[in-house]
Amino acid sequence: MRKYVLRFTALGYLLLVLLGPLVMVFVRAFDKGGDALWATLTDPNTLHAFKLTLVITLIAVPLNTVFGVVCALAIVRRRFPGAGLVNAVVDLPLAISPVVVGLSLFLLYGRTGWFGPWFERHGTQILFSLPSMVIATIFVSLPFVAREVVPTLREIGDEQEQAARTLGANGRQTFWRITLPSIRWAIIYGVVLTTARCLGEYGAVAVVSGNIEGRTQTATLRVQDAYENFNQAGAYGIALVLAAMSVLVLVTMTLLKPKEDAA
Amino acid sequence: MSIVVRNVSKRFGSFQALDDVSLDVEGGALTALLGPSGSGKSTLLRIIAGLEWPDSGEIHLAGEDATALSTQQRGVGFVFQHYAAFKHMSVRQNIAFGLKVRKRPKAEIQSRVDELLALVQLQGFGDRFPAQLSGGQRQRMALARALAPEPRVLLLDEPFGALDARVRAELRSWLRRLHDETHTTTVFVTHDQEEAMDVADNVVVMNKGRVEQVAEPRELYDAPANEFVMSFVGQANHIGNAWVRPHDLEVVLEPNGTTREAQVARVVHLGFEVRAELVRDDGEQLAVQLTRDQAAQLELKRGQIVYVRPTRETVF
Repeated sequence: MRKYVLRFTALGYLLLVLLGPLVMVFVRAFDKGGDALWATLTDPNTLHAFKLTLVITLIAVPLNTVFGVVCALAIVRRRFPGAGLVNAVVDLPLAISPVVVGLSLFLLYGRTGWFGPWFERHGTQILFSLPSMVIATIFVSLPFVAREVVPTLREIGDEQEQAARTLGANGRQTFWRITLPSIRWAIIYGVVLTTARCLGEYGAVAVVSGNIEGRTQTATLRVQDAYENFNQAGAYGIALVLAAMSVLVLVTMTLLKPKEDAA
Repeated sequence: MSIVVRNVSKRFGSFQALDDVSLDVEGGALTALLGPSGSGKSTLLRIIAGLEWPDSGEIHLAGEDATALSTQQRGVGFVFQHYAAFKHMSVRQNIAFGLKVRKRPKAEIQSRVDELLALVQLQGFGDRFPAQLSGGQRQRMALARALAPEPRVLLLDEPFGALDARVRAELRSWLRRLHDETHTTTVFVTHDQEEAMDVADNVVVMNKGRVEQVAEPRELYDAPANEFVMSFVGQANHIGNAWVRPHDLEVVLEPNGTTREAQVARVVHLGFEVRAELVRDDGEQLAVQLTRDQAAQLELKRGQIVYVRPTRETVF
């Protein structure tokens, strides 16, 4: 009996807060019929928004993956003064509101900011253009790979790495042949979470991008825009595609993951 | 190949793991590092392997100063207590690892792995993964892996510590046979004195970061260098200022002037021998070991009064 209560509570909760809203997005997207939806989705500005989101994601995810792995190795394997600080700093983006992140980028790269004037003199526009949007997205999606890899590295310990060294492997060989294969699922999971976070980023990008239609407007910004302009079908349509992309990434990972590693 | 340890010290924080240790390990021999936990035996082994760095002192391998060499350059084989199996690789890939990183030709690797699989009796297990092996099989795989690159020295850190008693005994005699065939200089760490005595040519007894005695098993038991070795290697009774082994106590039923009175507190029949615990009139406890015949003659019972006399005692 208790088993069923638990099960239904868990399922009901998921339905209410996760699946329900998603289903509503799906239903609303088709409210005005398929043609209206298609028209919104194929609008050049919408296509540009999707493209921009993808470009930012494709830059941010690889950078954060490499950084996350390096960071996790530094935190777990190298005992150095300040390792605790690095560990805490990695979590910072989870604690700080994306809007605050956006505003802090203004302080750095704005016309009167620390680095702003230097970039301006060298003819590079950071704010209201791709660079600031990438920086903002990297910032908010930074912790996920490191957070997944750190516990796995702790769990596997360093005995396998020591064994590899006694067998004559150098640092590079040990990393590629022993360490990396041991943490690959943690990395993949981290990449999935990072990707999902990049696709969905709104707050920080909203502040730094300027939200210029067809130029610095990402998919999430366009959802908000469409909604404010009473284009509800459009808003729900774009939202649906974004959600579908995230679900696709998650499903791909689940399919890739072999059964023996499932536990 | 000989191993020479010169004045090695190592601290972990406030803990002195090794305190000015010097040791000569004979080339081609099977040597045990024996001591209680925290005696520094594993640290010494890891320093020889280059997995830990000494704070001071030197390590010489085959007459050359190896103190500054990395693990990778030392050419040692190392076996860990918990196997350190490469979980994502098959048994074959595990054993081949040391050869692959040395970029040996494929055919050579293939035949060497086959040879080693036969040596550790894991033929037919080559394509399994470590998770599909028992503890004993995993440790044999780890041994084959360590032997594959033909190390000059084989170092084993409590290699049988995680195995159950029967597998342990089996692997122990197997290690001895393996060594008799290959004659690779081998050093293994253990806290089990029986294991050390059973397998090793030479035993190095360690305590609190220092070497207490280096000797052959028999000498270690018959001529311990000090009280620590006396009480750690085999059982010993402390009577007054002398030490007496349990089998060096004579038990009789009538006093004869040189004996002392004691009461039987417990009798344990182990099958091949009988052990008894006696309590002397002054409250001192004595452990006695008797043969089956002696025990049958005396018919010891709990509460019985007997008379004991040491036949052989050691005074430090």
